[in-house]
Amino acid sequence: MSEALARLKGVSRVYQKGKERVEVLHELDLMIPNGDFLAIMGPSGSGKTTLLNLLGGLDKPTGGTVTVGGAELSSMSNNQLSKWRSTHVGFVFQFYNLLPVLTAQKNVELPLLLTNFSGKERAERAAIALDIVGLSDRAKHRPRELSGGEEQRVAIARAVVSDPTLLLCDEPTGDLDRETAEEILKLLQILNREHGKTIVMVTHDPQAAEYASRTLHVDKGKLESRAAA
Amino acid sequence: MKYFGLIWRNVWRKKIRTSLTILSVLVAFLLFALLNALGQAMSGGGAMTGAVRLVVIDKVSLINFLPLSHKNKIAQIPGVAVVSQQSWFGGFYQDPKNQFPQFPVVPDEYFALYPEFVMPEEQMEAWKNNRTGAVIGRDLAELYGLKVGDRIPIQSTIFTRKEGGRTWEFDIEGIFDTTDPKGGTALLLFRHDYFAEANTFGDGFVGWYTLRLAEGADPVEVANAIDLQFANSPNETETSTEAAFAASFAKQFGNIALIVTMILGAVFFTLLLVAGNTMSQSVRERIAELAVLKTLGFKDGTVLGIVLTESVLIMAMGGLLGVALGWLAGLAIGSAMAMFVPGGIVVSTEIVLLAVALMIGAGVLAGIFPALKAMRLSIVDALARG
Ligand SMILES: Nc1ncnc2c1ncn2[C@@H]1O[C@H](COP(=O)(O)OP(=O)(O)OP(=O)(O)O)[C@@H](O)[C@H]1O
Ligand SMILES: [Mg+2]
Repeated sequence: MSEALARLKGVSRVYQKGKERVEVLHELDLMIPNGDFLAIMGPSGSGKTTLLNLLGGLDKPTGGTVTVGGAELSSMSNNQLSKWRSTHVGFVFQFYNLLPVLTAQKNVELPLLLTNFSGKERAERAAIALDIVGLSDRAKHRPRELSGGEEQRVAIARAVVSDPTLLLCDEPTGDLDRETAEEILKLLQILNREHGKTIVMVTHDPQAAEYASRTLHVDKGKLESRAAA
Repeated sequence: MKYFGLIWRNVWRKKIRTSLTILSVLVAFLLFALLNALGQAMSGGGAMTGAVRLVVIDKVSLINFLPLSHKNKIAQIPGVAVVSQQSWFGGFYQDPKNQFPQFPVVPDEYFALYPEFVMPEEQMEAWKNNRTGAVIGRDLAELYGLKVGDRIPIQSTIFTRKEGGRTWEFDIEGIFDTTDPKGGTALLLFRHDYFAEANTFGDGFVGWYTLRLAEGADPVEVANAIDLQFANSPNETETSTEAAFAASFAKQFGNIALIVTMILGAVFFTLLLVAGNTMSQSVRERIAELAVLKTLGFKDGTVLGIVLTESVLIMAMGGLLGVALGWLAGLAIGSAMAMFVPGGIVVSTEIVLLAVALMIGAGVLAGIFPALKAMRLSIVDALARG
């Protein structure tokens, strides 16, 4: 592990619901080194997704700064954030979020539409990504024709196809059975170890967290490091 | 357009819904093309350039008669090659449904006016030798299975015979064809001298004059000269092209342009509702997918453009099909009604361009609110909901 890839300094996220003020994250500090595989755990509603959204430039903090790979996300415009996301970060969701009208191949090609690659280059790169997740033979299938585990692997291929440094996974195994979950977690481990991806993974499952190099717990708006249960 | 595949797939996410929407777009644009082509054919170019024939009618109203004495005066105006009279006989054959134009004409003059009509010489001679003779066009002969030698009763809605009754019987002496591939021949011609002598109004009036311009004559100059000739007389005239004449004739049947506009207005209003509903449903059911696109780095403007393009694409598919069908329908109807629309019912380039502009406009209008909704979508909220 080398220098910091991501750094959160005094980050707060406050939601204003009418008169009610909900402080989800309170002056939170976090350093994520390059090549980290970090698991984040915590009770439901503790702000895990909120934290991930801030790291991925999907949301902005109400206080403090978020810096990823030298870019200060908290001060960027929406369009700047869009552009930044397309090259620097990949997202994996609990419910895969593939586009049902597109084949696996086309789903994986989606992020590349935002690049200057030709149609042929896009297809080649998507094929490589599908190969990495072991789904080359399903390229022409629609999400509906895939199992949950396969869908999640396509989603992972889509997340890595534009070769981002940071991979953010929000309960990637939350909807999968144990065996399939383990396959997905092993895949993430490979991406972390062999492809150099820095991974932040939110999970409820202590067994899943064991695949990470370290685990942090969010509670009452704060982060705490403690031995995994 | 690298987003086309994505857009195309999304257009067809609900095949039946999209097909039905395209179908309603198709109908709207079919009507648009056809009704506009019809309107153009009926009001067809008031411009006189290129006109070979002019029509002289009463200045006050087409339904007023003109005196027969105008004929010689018109004939003497420079630039007039042939002039002859016609009248609207308003008859039908056997059943009021069987309407087609019948005109009392002067045989030689009429065929000189319309050289595109051709008939064997001996039939012409036979007609000239039979006062109650008539000639019919090939289209009419085929329509009712008529042949030379038949006796055909025509019931006039306007003219009564001195001998009593409105049924006029004619001997068919000839059948003529046209050399104009776009022109129809569903009409009956009979002799003006017989008409003038046998009807209760008497002699000395005509419905209108048609004249053929001499080679190189300026239609505007000739028209002005004719109208000037009869200015301040009890029977002032208005001289225009055949197309303009057809238009004023059509106006007898109501303000077609207004009706067309009203129909199209209603059709397009409905269309916007249908297409707008399709687009907003389509956006509503894929909020999460749109949020995913944004997550991947698609800019707000790109998402807006994608949804708008879908909407315009649906309009364009239905619209282009509709215009194409309207064009075909125009050809068919035009040749069936060739007498009323001598130029045929043609979906002109102008109409096509107007239709394309309308497709884009209607597409944007139907898609703009769903597209804005997609554009303004907050990723965090949308994903939390999904
Ligand atoms: N847009 C919003 N407006 C108001 N409150 C919000 C909004 N988004 C999240 N919250 C609140 O912030 C808190 C943290 O939400 P978050 O989604 O980060 O929790 P989480 O740890 O990911 O929970 P889970 O394990 O259930 O996914 C919750 O109490 C939630 O109600
Ligand atoms: Mg969450």
